Amino acid sequence: MTTGSSSNTGPTHKLVEAGVTLLIALFGVIVIAGSLKAGINWGPEGPRAGFFPFYIGLFIIASSGINLWNGLREDNDGLFAEWGQLRQVLSVVIPTGIYVGSMPFIGLYVASTIFIAWFMRWLGKYNWITVLAVALGMPLVTYLIFERWFMVPLPKGPVEEWLDL
Amino acid sequence: MEELVNLFHGFAVALQPYNIMLMVIGIVLGVIIGVLPGLGGANGVAILLPLTFSMSPTSAIIMLSCIYWGALFGGAITSILFNIPGEPWSVATTFDGYPMAQQGKAGEALTAAFTSSFVGALFAVVMITLVAPLVASFALQFGPAEKFAVYFLAFCSFVGLSKEPPFKTIAAMMIGFALAAVGLDSITGQLRLTFGVTHLLNGFDFLIAVIGLFGIGEILLTMEEGLAFRGGKAKINLRVVLQTWKELPKYWMTSLRSCFIGCWMGITPAGATPASFMSYGIAKRMAKNGKNFGKGEIEGVVAPETAAHAAGTAALLPMLSLGVPGSPTAAVLLGGLLIWGLQPGPMLFVEQKEFVWGLIASMYLGNIVGLLVVLTCVPIFAAILRVPFSIIAPLILVLCAIGAYSVHSSTFDVMLMLVFGVIGYLLKKCNYPLAPLVLAIVLGDKAEEAFRQSLLGSQGSFGIFLSNPLVSTIMILGLIALFWSVIQEGYTRLRATVAGPGSRAA
Amino acid sequence: MRRSTHLALGTIAALCTGGVAVPATAAWEPVRPVEFIVPAGTGGGADQMARTIQGIVTKHSLMKQPLVVINKSGGAGGEGFLDVKGSGGNPHKIIITLSNLFTTPLATGIPFSWKDLTPVAMLALDEFVLWVNADKPYKTAKEYIDAVKAAPAGSIKMGGTGSKQEDQIITVAVEKAVGTKFTYIPYKGGGEVAVQLVGNHVDSTVNNPIEAVAQWRGGKLRPLCVFDAKPMAYDEPIADGKAWKDVPTCKSAGLDMEYLMLRGIFMAPRATKDQVEYYVELFKKIRATPEWQDFMKSGAFNTTFLTGAEYAKWVEAEDKRHQALMKEAGFLAPSN
Repeated sequence: MTTGSSSNTGPTHKLVEAGVTLLIALFGVIVIAGSLKAGINWGPEGPRAGFFPFYIGLFIIASSGINLWNGLREDNDGLFAEWGQLRQVLSVVIPTGIYVGSMPFIGLYVASTIFIAWFMRWLGKYNWITVLAVALGMPLVTYLIFERWFMVPLPKGPVEEWLDL
Repeated sequence: MEELVNLFHGFAVALQPYNIMLMVIGIVLGVIIGVLPGLGGANGVAILLPLTFSMSPTSAIIMLSCIYWGALFGGAITSILFNIPGEPWSVATTFDGYPMAQQGKAGEALTAAFTSSFVGALFAVVMITLVAPLVASFALQFGPAEKFAVYFLAFCSFVGLSKEPPFKTIAAMMIGFALAAVGLDSITGQLRLTFGVTHLLNGFDFLIAVIGLFGIGEILLTMEEGLAFRGGKAKINLRVVLQTWKELPKYWMTSLRSCFIGCWMGITPAGATPASFMSYGIAKRMAKNGKNFGKGEIEGVVAPETAAHAAGTAALLPMLSLGVPGSPTAAVLLGGLLIWGLQPGPMLFVEQKEFVWGLIASMYLGNIVGLLVVLTCVPIFAAILRVPFSIIAPLILVLCAIGAYSVHSSTFDVMLMLVFGVIGYLLKKCNYPLAPLVLAIVLGDKAEEAFRQSLLGSQGSFGIFLSNPLVSTIMILGLIALFWSVIQEGYTRLRATVAGPGSRAA
Repeated sequence: MRRSTHLALGTIAALCTGGVAVPATAAWEPVRPVEFIVPAGTGGGADQMARTIQGIVTKHSLMKQPLVVINKSGGAGGEGFLDVKGSGGNPHKIIITLSNLFTTPLATGIPFSWKDLTPVAMLALDEFVLWVNADKPYKTAKEYIDAVKAAPAGSIKMGGTGSKQEDQIITVAVEKAVGTKFTYIPYKGGGEVAVQLVGNHVDSTVNNPIEAVAQWRGGKLRPLCVFDAKPMAYDEPIADGKAWKDVPTCKSAGLDMEYLMLRGIFMAPRATKDQVEYYVELFKKIRATPEWQDFMKSGAFNTTFLTGAEYAKWVEAEDKRHQALMKEAGFLAPSN
């Protein structure tokens, strides 16, 4: 993994791992809260709806506690990742988030075209002709295969409405 | 042998040129369905069902079963190339298949997967041909307690395998169980853990979780390491098929074992998913190179693929003879039979001989045709890895989004997929194993349901899990599998201490 | 939601194209693929019916646009109902219902009622039959009930599909009529329930005819009585020279319970009269095909067909009845 050369900085592995462990523990708390609402005792017909999830929640919290302890005790001051690497990761996560978030409004096809074009142009530095060929071709093929062949309706937006597809 | 006469008659029906043409079309369609996430086998079969109305029932079922074969074959492709299993039973294929692809051995992994699928399915078809009636009555023995025992065995033979810290494994598995519990509790008919959010009514679907955790998570990891796919140097000629074939007979034992596991699990209503996990787990324990499993062992591809397809095929038998589908795909096939006026059940083998034996004959032929089709395509599939990352990555992301959307036709699921992707990235970086999490999502609620059904039937007594020889045997096997790792661990440690510290390096 | 925003446009577009193609008096027709929602999983009774309809429409080219079956089974079908409820004014979405139209909102508290939808037509009613394993000595419903009464309460196991749904409602009604208790074990699907009965993992079931007929023909199961006011209409022999017609009513055996399950079609809210009329005509055509009649026969369906106000009235009465039944059985969600 990271060859921790001193000039590169980033969050330490310990810190991120502690954060993840705490998030998992929080998830355990949520599960327990939900189980309590569903009823955790043993009814006349065997365990009630929340019985198993309740103990699963307890297990999650308990094992997170152990993991947190182990993680903090561990003598590991390596980096989780360098800032530059994290920037790379975020350069995919954020646009994908926008892509996914815009899908209900502008439909899958338009969103996909913009997303593919963006990815290829900014990260791949392809020329516009290649970019447009793939970015327009992929949704078209998708349309033919999914909507025409297999009749799986995919989310559509105003453009498709206007084209009356 | 009346059966054999019937079978040869079936071959004659299936070998008509028109039917062979339908087979090839079916296989190709099936492979497309298997490759595109979101188009499950069930999906394709369901949508094509109406189109087959103009054919005779035998021709129609030949084509439909070939779609089923194609989808089974196709499922392995995305698992190996992109770490995206399209079906629950392909998850175990990613464990060694994807590392192989990263090492530039995509062709080998694909060949091994396809060949193993073929072997597993063929074994199961032979079994169906020879012992169909016997097997059907065995399936009837399975009540809720027996089913729970099978799930228990599947979990037991799989836990304790990961190299990750044990408490991280437990945490990951428990997260999976918790996610599986969300939605409607089928025993009390009550909603749980939904917190009034209507999007959570369905719970967390396996496909969305796995596309996110495995597929998106993998892309994020790749981004971190730079904009390149490893595995671009995969060989893209047909010779790789022959080379791999030379190597495969070495694993005959694993293959045979996986065939038996698969057939057994397919006949019991548990199905292909536990079969693949169980087979992988046992192979890892038994194999000489067990320690290298997960790093790109070809045997780690052979075991789950063989078992999954033996199970997928064997599952058709209870469907035909009892009318109980073993998977959603089989369920749609079942619906198809009913539409054609064929009633699956004990009488089908008596009243519809031509149909049943035509189907069985088409299983043989479809499987062979399928293998030929997919093997010739191995170089094409391997060549996909040569496409530059910045072109293929957005396409994969779009396909993942489509796959996640089409599970429940919900854009919420697409967002969920991305969330799972980020979680997958973080968990993997923090050394949490993802496989137990996925296994728990897939089998968690089924195991819980069977457990509670058993307790309802026994009025709360745990004795039901040891009440007859069948269920006690499976439970004891499960316990052995669970403690095997402990025993083995203890044994190797003991040996290491006795032999001195020098041997640890080996 | 997305759908509702562009519906108006869609409807206008629909009217325009309709107006161009045929005289202005022409009725409404779909202009894009019609989604046929099944609020249940693949392979179940509703799913089979929907896919049969899809097949018939395709085979006889009854629609110009494709009919696409989509399963939305989450939350005991609540997912499907909420989807249609949220698609107000979208004429390209229809839903097939089963009894979960009434039971799901009551048992889970999902905010939905049949009044949120536009009723189109009742296609058929599904019968319920009391089944036992053929190896058991009970030849009539009365013999079985006597055996149940003699056994300690809770020791007889009744298998059924789902929890707090039609099968369990019937079970509770039988319990009340008999004055004893069953242990009700819920399974995921009707076919599975029938096989559990064949394997003797439960003692009796209330399967729909189509779910258990194969096992009856195979001599594995025996029908004791049907939960309807009159015997079923089909007189073609099925097993041992007996036909559906020969299965006596449960009432005649001293079990005063009638229950039929709705197989009906609804549309999204705010559908126009023309649109409803289009689908009613479509289903009339479907009902006339031989495939549909075969399907009705294979499942021994009650083929009552209702539309319009009559249909709505029937649904309303049935809704009231379910509320009473569910309340009595203690199946209502805590929040209700």
